[in-house]
Amino acid sequence: MNELIYFFNYVVVAGSVTGCIYAMGAIGVTLIYSILRFAHFAHADMMTLGAFVVLLLTLAFPHAGDSLGLPTAIVMLPLAMIFTSLVAVGIDRVFYQPLRAHGVKPIVMVIASLGVTLMLQGLIRLFSGTGAESLYVEARKAIFRIELPGVTRPIIITEPQVILFVVTLVAVIGLHLFLTRARLGKAMRAMSDNPDLARASGINTKLIITLTWVIAGSLATLAGTLLSLDVAFKPDLSFFLLLPIFAAAIVGGVGHPYGAIAGGFLVGFAETLAVFNWSVLLRPLRDSLPSWLELPNNLALVGTEYKIVVPFFILIAVLVWRPTGLFKGKVI
Amino acid sequence: MNPTSQHTPSQRPFPRREILLFGGLALVVLAVFASMGPAYATRMMVEAACYAILALGLTIQWGYAGQFNAGIMGFVALGGFSSTFFSIPVNHAFWASDLPGRLGWVLLAIVAAVALVFAVSRIDRLGVPRWLRTLVTVLVALVAYLVVISWLRSVTGDIESQVDFIGGLGLPVWLGWIVGGVLAGGIGYLIGHICLGLRSDYLVIATLGIAEIIKAFLKNSDWLTRGTATISPLPWPVPDPGEVGFVTARALYFCVTAVLIAAIFFLLHRAYHAPWGRMIRAIRDNEVSAAAMGKSINRRRQEIFVFGCILMGLGGAVLTSFTGIFDPQGYLPLNHTFLVLVMVILGGPGNNLGTLFGAVLVYVIWIMSGPLALALMHLVTALGGDWFGWQPGNLDSRALQARVFVIGLLILMVLRFAPRGMIPERIAQHD
Repeated sequence: MNELIYFFNYVVVAGSVTGCIYAMGAIGVTLIYSILRFAHFAHADMMTLGAFVVLLLTLAFPHAGDSLGLPTAIVMLPLAMIFTSLVAVGIDRVFYQPLRAHGVKPIVMVIASLGVTLMLQGLIRLFSGTGAESLYVEARKAIFRIELPGVTRPIIITEPQVILFVVTLVAVIGLHLFLTRARLGKAMRAMSDNPDLARASGINTKLIITLTWVIAGSLATLAGTLLSLDVAFKPDLSFFLLLPIFAAAIVGGVGHPYGAIAGGFLVGFAETLAVFNWSVLLRPLRDSLPSWLELPNNLALVGTEYKIVVPFFILIAVLVWRPTGLFKGKVI
Repeated sequence: MNPTSQHTPSQRPFPRREILLFGGLALVVLAVFASMGPAYATRMMVEAACYAILALGLTIQWGYAGQFNAGIMGFVALGGFSSTFFSIPVNHAFWASDLPGRLGWVLLAIVAAVALVFAVSRIDRLGVPRWLRTLVTVLVALVAYLVVISWLRSVTGDIESQVDFIGGLGLPVWLGWIVGGVLAGGIGYLIGHICLGLRSDYLVIATLGIAEIIKAFLKNSDWLTRGTATISPLPWPVPDPGEVGFVTARALYFCVTAVLIAAIFFLLHRAYHAPWGRMIRAIRDNEVSAAAMGKSINRRRQEIFVFGCILMGLGGAVLTSFTGIFDPQGYLPLNHTFLVLVMVILGGPGNNLGTLFGAVLVYVIWIMSGPLALALMHLVTALGGDWFGWQPGNLDSRALQARVFVIGLLILMVLRFAPRGMIPERIAQHD
């Protein structure tokens, strides 16, 4: 039973946390793709930027959240979301819009987004240094231990993880309602299906593009902040996020928001399961195993240092066997 | 040869732009020689030459064929590893023990496991249902992988604890350079095989990923590369500085790289103007009509991608040998991917001369911007400290981060204002 709790703590909880983060990132990537038709590589850096803004705000007002009983970083989230969205729209106006107006190939937009990546990274590191910083300024992370009867090991879940699950759920439901019910959301879907037809039928495509950046920037801020709240803020956060997020978006089918959510959880759980040491689970069976079969101590599929191989492998597998993604994305 | 194909555009304009730009570049290089001394300047020139090889590799992929490779760093690291592995002295303690035999058995086991999985994946030919075949294949692959990896872990653990690492082969450096190019080409073939038929963005993601994986592998395989402990010194193909002094040794090394570049340049020039080059450009400019003309698009793309990767592996090998230390952590996306990208798009993608120009110019700016950024940063902090009481720590690393920002901005500016580079590709007009 202890082993199952261990499994729950290290796989189910950890996998859901990673899955939520990847899903929110992948939704942003996939939305930008379906409206603007290019892979936005600076997305992971927008996450870092959002988290960094939250960090700055938290440092400035460390006790703002005390009265609400929430971590200050959560209280600062809306402000940071607005700021990051503005930055995203600004980047689009200054850098992507002129290129779009020239009608460049999508791959040139990809290179431009790599340039934006470097700019954001440089700026963040210039101001934050290169070390890791906790988003809990002058506060402590609450950890909930749930004791189950009959076992010694408790289920451990932390405050940021609970908040993360709630926020992800709210964000996903909100996005779903927006895309299916709201006028603008429907217009957005129309534009992703056929931009020319959407423009011809009187949809304000400029507004839609701005809206896309706002949604993507807000989601990126949410994901980046909640991830940094759970672990710590690192300027090179984006570095470890880029590949999994894109793998998630492609697995789910590019341009397919619900697919991106599924892809995010798939990649998150695959990563966690791959680095999990399975011999812990098999330990109770050790006595009943035949003597020739000796369990090695380390039965993880890949070492933690090779975690990045997992999303890459998933990506390659999907590209080889089902390039449209599991849920039939738009374009290959 | 057919005389009509010999005719070149007779009204070829005088290359004033090229001469002016290269003249200016020569002045800049001379200024560096005068101000920083010949030892520093020769080092800079050799490194610029190595980067020029990388840039030529990218200009084939991006300029000739419109494929973008975001994982140059991985191919550089692979080339660097190859040149290291071939050139450093043999570790006799390793070869005298029983470890080579055990390592050999594990490698054989890997081959056997691959063969087994492949064979199992074909059992549907014997009448087994397809879903069962897939299930059995996945299970067999998982078990085989776990068994082989645990053997490998035990052998590599013993290597690390008993003999530190497996050492090198003690062969001439140039052999390592060639193999480095071949290795990089092999990886490029695999990646290209998977991604080139799909949308161009996928290639970017895949190359980005493979570069990180190569780096992670080299960094964590202590038995093979000593990992973070690094390997140095690496032998040179020319007399090293201990024998003939810094300036002469570096000048000799520069001659080697110059010969390499001249050879590559000549071959690329011929290929560019050959029917093959025209076909590549036709595919880049209009894929649909090239396909309608009966050109095999994916085959040509595959070729060009592999050629580019070979050059990157070669350039990485030459660069690592020159640096004299193999440090897997020293390979950074910024220095080895994005810097090369800037060189190519600033110089002129698809134009070999422009790429060469861009490589040298950007490298000189890059090297000289380090001290400049530091000085600027000190000035800013002095002002910032006076005005706002801003006291950042570790100034030097922050100043270097500022260069990341500048590189990013430069990429965006070039894309917007000079998308064809400083020496644009010359489009031949045939009336």
